Amino acid sequence: MDAVWLARLQFALTVGFHYIFPPLSIGLAWMLFFYQTRFLKTGDPLFQQLSRFWMRMFAITFAVGVATGITMEFQFGTNWAAYSRFVGDIFGAPLAAEGVFAFFLESSFLAILIYGEKRVSRKVYWLSSLLVAVGATLSAFWIVVANSWQQTPAGYHLVNGRAELTSFWEAVFNPSTLPRYLHVITGALVVGTFFIIGVSALMLLKKRHVAFAERSLKSALIPFFLSILLVMGIGHGHAVQVAKTQPAKLAAFEGLWETRTGAPLVLFGIPNAKTEKTDWEISIPNGLSLMVGMSKDTKVQGLKDFPKEDRPPLLTTFFSFHAMVYLGGWFALLATMGLFLWWRGTVTQNRLFLSCAALTIPLPFIANEVGWIAAEVGRQPWVVYNLMRTKDAVSASVSAGEILASIILFSLIYTLLFGVWVYLLGRQFDKGPQPLEEEVRS
Amino acid sequence: MITLQVIWLLLIGILIIGYAILDGFDLGVGCWHLCAKKGKERSSFIHSIEPFWDGNEVWLLTGGGALFAAFPAVYATIFSGFYLPLMLILLGLIFRAVSIEYRNKVEDPRWVAAWDIAFSFGSMLPSLLFAVAVGNLLRGLQLDAKGDYTAGFLALLNPYSLVIGLVGFSMFALHGALYLAVKTGGETQYKARRWAAQAWRVYAVLFFVAAGWTASCYLRNGVVLPFVLATLAVVALGLIKAFNSKGDDLKAFLASCASIALVMLSVVAVLFPNLVIATNDPALSLTIFNSSSSLRTLSVMLVIALLGMPVVIGYTIFIHRIFKGKV
Repeated sequence: MDAVWLARLQFALTVGFHYIFPPLSIGLAWMLFFYQTRFLKTGDPLFQQLSRFWMRMFAITFAVGVATGITMEFQFGTNWAAYSRFVGDIFGAPLAAEGVFAFFLESSFLAILIYGEKRVSRKVYWLSSLLVAVGATLSAFWIVVANSWQQTPAGYHLVNGRAELTSFWEAVFNPSTLPRYLHVITGALVVGTFFIIGVSALMLLKKRHVAFAERSLKSALIPFFLSILLVMGIGHGHAVQVAKTQPAKLAAFEGLWETRTGAPLVLFGIPNAKTEKTDWEISIPNGLSLMVGMSKDTKVQGLKDFPKEDRPPLLTTFFSFHAMVYLGGWFALLATMGLFLWWRGTVTQNRLFLSCAALTIPLPFIANEVGWIAAEVGRQPWVVYNLMRTKDAVSASVSAGEILASIILFSLIYTLLFGVWVYLLGRQFDKGPQPLEEEVRS
Repeated sequence: MITLQVIWLLLIGILIIGYAILDGFDLGVGCWHLCAKKGKERSSFIHSIEPFWDGNEVWLLTGGGALFAAFPAVYATIFSGFYLPLMLILLGLIFRAVSIEYRNKVEDPRWVAAWDIAFSFGSMLPSLLFAVAVGNLLRGLQLDAKGDYTAGFLALLNPYSLVIGLVGFSMFALHGALYLAVKTGGETQYKARRWAAQAWRVYAVLFFVAAGWTASCYLRNGVVLPFVLATLAVVALGLIKAFNSKGDDLKAFLASCASIALVMLSVVAVLFPNLVIATNDPALSLTIFNSSSSLRTLSVMLVIALLGMPVVIGYTIFIHRIFKGKV
């Protein structure tokens, strides 16, 4: 097996595994802040109970997120030395900023959130919940900045055989940073809010901790509904930006071969690289042109405009993108159904809704993963779009055998960690919330 | 430009020294963990570092990010050259992190015992390997014209670097024992002091062996500064011993912080102005002058550092005040 392919596999595995956890932490962090705010305002011990229960789920998740995150930062250097030399002048700064501005904030106040409830006042505790959420959200910003620069590089010039910074702000707010960042954060909110709904639904189905689960489920319905609306709206804006800045990627997302006006929106199909057609295509006429430019006369670039060696891998890009979109649709349906049943007063009894919600628990994670796969595989064959090819980016001093050995090692460990994570979440589920605390601590 | 390059060398030095001092005591506690009695004593070890380890590890992340940003060529050469050791360090750090958070979640002795082992080995492996890496930097690496390391994994396990590895390992073990003496009480505190005294003897011997070996073989550029810094490190070492014997745990721990900082500064002084020395051809060496980022990037990053680092130091002090006292 060749080293480039293995290095890509290692990166995909480690980032894919890592990315299970931060979206859940970010989403839950904001829900914890919401509970803490309600608790501070109303003094209702139920909010404290909600906060404490979901806090334990959060802590279990956060640990794996931190542990697997450090692998990512090392890996640019270990596996992609040529890339690191080429982009270091630009790419390193956001990583350092992430540490200075986000991780220190997050980790310090996380300690108070997890271990310090008895050591600080209620207000400081509330503030800590806010700062952890802010820290987590900021860390996502800097890493998305770095990744967005790979997608749509800006604020640089090429000298001395590398990309050097000409404008920090142009590099930070490159054309794709904001749409991608907002899409990622709202995607994380979908994961966090739905996790609460899904797990509460499972409790209700199993008739465990019923009173708690009823309040818990209801508390997350509106946040979930808002998050899914936002993620879809911003996702649409992001796709329009991709059409402008990375047309080959959009064409691969949509399975569009010919550059044309009145481009169809492919609902289903199998893109065929040999015949340069999409087989079994079911599509809405003019749909894509309408989506991209609000008019059926909008011209959308097709794959045939790009030389074969510049096209992203078609099947992965196309299917992961479509899976993400369909999952988003399903979440929107479920959120609407939940709100409707809440209005009817039956949301905590309706077995169909509860079963759907319980079965959906893994799906927001999957939606986030396939979204990233679409974004990253769709960038190929470039590691920095139109500047450096992935195959030219690897470390010369690392052999295929070494990469393979570490892939095997990390796969074993990650499988173990995943099992432990699920097991501990399950135990927390069985234990349920602590009994309500009646007297109010000051 | 030269000023900025030197400033960035120092800033990265501060980050890595901060990491070694702060996460050093976490790692050191882990080195002793299996020597503690099962049950309460081991739990108190975990509790002593529980609120801190995550913030401490951020120093490493930030140091790595800063190295990438300020000296990308060095980051690329070192990280790809030390591929397997770094993978093992990551493995250790992953297990260490997860063990601290998960160990006390289930009250089954087998569960606890398994995470205890993971925690201890997860701490010992990085303690040793970080220092082996430093040994290789002092010794120099075989590089090609692009700056890629060419001699392979086994060449990293040379006797000199292994000795430096043991120096680092005993340094962290000493540091961790001194930290435990500060953070625990009763019988455990006495035990930690004894451990510190034992670790001190091993560390002192290894320190002089390593200093002598380095001075005779690898002192390439200037003698004065490394000599001064190493002498100061010896003074700090003496203070550790004195305070430890008197039972003044906090001062002994602070002396150990100073000793770590001085040892690491003397490493920088031995290397300066190089960061990676090419043994096969000095012209291929990566110095702070030929491997840095552009003037603009270094300036922007300096602004980030000046804005951010005071706040970071604030957080660190704040957290240690909230969780002050014995566990």
